[in-house]
Order: sequence, then C-alpha cells, then structure tokens
Amino acid sequence: MARSQDQALATATGMIKGPLRYWRTLKRFWGSALASQMEYQINLLIEVLAMAGNLAGSLLLLWLIYGRGQQLGGWSLDAALVVLGIYTLLDGVSSTLLRPNLGAIVTQVQQGTLDFVLLKPIDSQFWLSSRTISPWGLPEIVTGLALALWAALRAGARPGLATILGGGLMLLSSVVILYSLWFVLATTSIWFVKTWNVTEVLRAALSAGRYPISAYPAGLRTLFTVVLPVAFLTTVPAEAILGRAACSWLALSVAVAAGSLLFSRWFWRLALRDYTSASS
Amino acid sequence: MNGLGRRLRHGARVARALLGSQYALMLEYRAETALWALSGILPFIMLGIWSQLAAAPADPTGLGSVGIGLDPLQLSRYFLSAFVARQFSVAWVVYAFEEDALQGRLSPYLLQPLQPLWRYVAAHLAEQLTRLPFVVIIAAVFFLLQPAAFWIPTPGRIAATVLAIWLAFTINFLLQSCIAILCFWSERASALERLLFIPYLFLSGLVAPLEVFPPALRAAAHWTPFPLMVAFPAQLLAGGPVTIGASFAAMATWIALLLPITLLLWRAGVRRYSAMGA
Repeated sequence: MARSQDQALATATGMIKGPLRYWRTLKRFWGSALASQMEYQINLLIEVLAMAGNLAGSLLLLWLIYGRGQQLGGWSLDAALVVLGIYTLLDGVSSTLLRPNLGAIVTQVQQGTLDFVLLKPIDSQFWLSSRTISPWGLPEIVTGLALALWAALRAGARPGLATILGGGLMLLSSVVILYSLWFVLATTSIWFVKTWNVTEVLRAALSAGRYPISAYPAGLRTLFTVVLPVAFLTTVPAEAILGRAACSWLALSVAVAAGSLLFSRWFWRLALRDYTSASS
Repeated sequence: MNGLGRRLRHGARVARALLGSQYALMLEYRAETALWALSGILPFIMLGIWSQLAAAPADPTGLGSVGIGLDPLQLSRYFLSAFVARQFSVAWVVYAFEEDALQGRLSPYLLQPLQPLWRYVAAHLAEQLTRLPFVVIIAAVFFLLQPAAFWIPTPGRIAATVLAIWLAFTINFLLQSCIAILCFWSERASALERLLFIPYLFLSGLVAPLEVFPPALRAAAHWTPFPLMVAFPAQLLAGGPVTIGASFAAMATWIALLLPITLLLWRAGVRRYSAMGA
C-alpha cells in the first residue's frame, strides 16, 4: 500500500517537472543503449540479411499471386507493396523499441527488480517503454518507409500536403496502436509472470498485416478490424499514403489509437494495484 | 547376444526415465505450450488469402485464371494439415542448447554416459505430447467454423502421415542440431537459425501450396529439404497429390546426409568446448 502511494507521489512529481525532463532522460537512455549495442556489430549483418530474406519471400508470394493475373482484394501490385512497406516499417519499430523494452518487463517481474523501477521519480510506464533501444531494427524502418513511398508514387499517389499529413498521422496512429497492444500484453506478466509467449501469438496474428485487409474473407476481415486492429496497422495508413482514405477511417484510426493508449495506461495502473513484489 | 539384450533393456530404461521426467517437466509449462501451439496460426491466415483468390472469378484479361486445381475444400484441408505437420515437426533445440551452453548446464550433461542430444530429443517428444490436446482443440474449432472441410483420411494415409511427420521432425531436429552445435564456436548461433527459418517459411509450403509455384521454382524448392518438412506430410494427410515413394526416399537421403554431419560436428565441438558461464 505504502509503495503504491510512493508510486503515485513519484508520478505526480514527474508530471510537474514537465516533458522537458522526459526528453533529456530519453536522450540519456538511448545514448547509453546505443553505446552498448555497438559492441555487437555482427548483429547488423544478421538483421539486414534477415530483412532481405523476409522481403524477398514476401515479394515472391506477391509475384505468385499477381503473376497469375490475380489481385489481392482489388489492390494493384504497387498498392499492395505500400502495405508490405508499412508492415516492414512496423516490424522495424517492434525490434527497435517494443521487443527490447517490453520483453524486459517480464524479466523485471520475475527477478523482482520491478520494485526499483517503481521507486524511481519518473513515470514507470515511460521508463519501462523507453529504457533501451536496439539500432538493428533501423534498416527495416528505413527500407519499409522507402518501399512504401516508392510504391505509392508508382501507384500514382500525388504527394500533396493533405496526403503527407494524413499519411504521417496514420503511421503515427498505427505505431501507437502497436505499442499499446504490446504494452498491454507485457503488463499481463504482472499477474501471470510467464506470458511472454503471448507476444509470439501476437506476432503471428499481426503477420496478417502484410496484405491489404480486403484480401481476406469477410469473417477474418471483421476479426482483423474489430478484435485485433490489424486493419489500422497497415491497410488504413496505406490508403492514406495512396491518398484515397475516407475521412471517417482517418478519424476512426486516430480514435482507436487514442483509445488503446489510454487503455494501456489504465491497464498498467490496474496491474500495479495488484502487484505484490516477487520477494514478498 | 546376451550383451545386446542387456544393452537394449538398458536403453529402454533410460528412454523411459528420460521421457517420463521430460513429460512431467513439460506438463508444468502447459500454458506456454498452448501459446506456442496458437502461435502457429500462419497457415490459417494464408488460407484466408488463398481461399479468396480461389473463389475469385477469372481475371478480366483472361490470361491466368486460378485453373490449377485450387479447390476451396482441398485448400482448407491442405492448410489445416500444414498446421498439424508444423506443430509436430517443430524443433527448438537451438534455443534450449544455447541457453544450456551459456549458463554452464552443459558441463554436467557432458559427464553423463549419455549423448546429451538424446536429452533434447526426449524433451521435444514430450513437448509434442503436451501439444497434442491443444492441436486437437484448434482443429475442432476449425471444423466448427468450416464443417464442410471435415474429412477422415484413410488409415493408410494416416499411418503414412505419422511416419512422414516423424521423419520431418527428424530432419528439422538434425538441421537445428547442426546449428546448435555451432554454439561451441560462436555464442550467436541462434541468429543463424533465424536466417535458416526464412527459406523454410517460404519454401516449405506453409504460406502457399507448392502447386501454385511456377515449375522452375517448384523444382528448385524440391532440391531443398523444406517441402518435405511441411508440404509433403500435409498433402499426405489432406489426400492431395503426392509422390509417396520418392518423397520418403528423399527424406531418408536427407537424414542419411545430416546424421553423420551432426555427429562429426558434435565431436569437433566437444573437443573445442571449454565450459562457459559456470
């Protein structure tokens, strides 16, 4: 009980000091993480090879489909490539930020070191979500973005201000949704400790986002829109970049992003209320 | 003759003890196993894609309609079978071995009068047994959603499938063991496994039935062991077109090739081994 009051106090002080302090902290976190990661440069080679292999495999599959004169849910090849580019980008974000940070939550709970995090005078969700960064996902982020933009231009998208703003906003929303999904799953480890495998299930399910959502049968389409927001992760941003997204979808996507972020925040508070340290 | 009998009896006792203890251990991790089983849903996602394509009318240009026998029912059965084949041929010896090597647990194993790889074989078999109920549940849900796809394979096909999946597991296990043994030289052997998984993913038949590959690519894929690991057992179970004799012969060839390589690597690796961690 005393601990949760400390926690509340710490959060309150953190909020008063303002966002500038968080920005400075973030720079320190990532600076030290990059310095230590640079020790393992062979990882870069492995990650680039893995990315190239995965992209080649996905292209092979698209080629199998489009080469036979078929289309994925009414999307042209170039438009489908935009979706694949965004998927690659999000995969890069997962390996740069989400997996290294949120994977550590499980370890923190198992080893009881979460107590120290909760005692720090900084928001615990912020600390846990941004403590480290792994640069090896960056090639994926760059390649994914480049592929999406290149394919969008080929598909005939006109880079106007509205498209750029809309596309940027949708990409941001999809990153926020992805983060919230991961964070909520990582939070469940407070109750169940060994739930890291859930993220493997999430990864497997999210791989549906490699293709436009309209390529799936009606049942799966509903599932991937309502239950698991795969549609908002790749398809809606792709539509926005292609400049053909309906305003209602853009608004809905922002709403889903804001809602899932608030939910992750609420869920984390809820979990902390039930948290009894590993040592006790 | 008496000596052989005693060795066989001894072997059976060791196997029983290993399997029993590993099964008890795996039962502790039932929830994790359920999640692992669930994380193999990729074939169902791909079924969604391919079933839509198979249902689509021929394209307006009239160049390439689906016309390669992608019957929707057969497609459902194929991907369900691919899911089952993957579930029971999956190997994770790289990760277990890497952890044991890094944490220094390998040293006591090496002192025991038993090739340590057998321990991992037993762990995999025990895990497959704990996986079985979850796979049955997932298959039952699948048939509830798609009752038309329900089928009962002939007993001959079932027997052949069990053998094929078991051989597929053997190939997978040997391939991964070769990589795992590289842990003796490098601490990052599991990264190699990630790279090996990519051709497996796209060529094994998990994401697309090999029938939709262009002939040249299909021929190239058949020079790798990957189609044998998913596509062949899946087609066997789903009642699709298979060349049973040739495929089993290819599996035997791959095992005959990989087994000595694994053992040679193992001997070289152990000679190089200097305990880590502990």
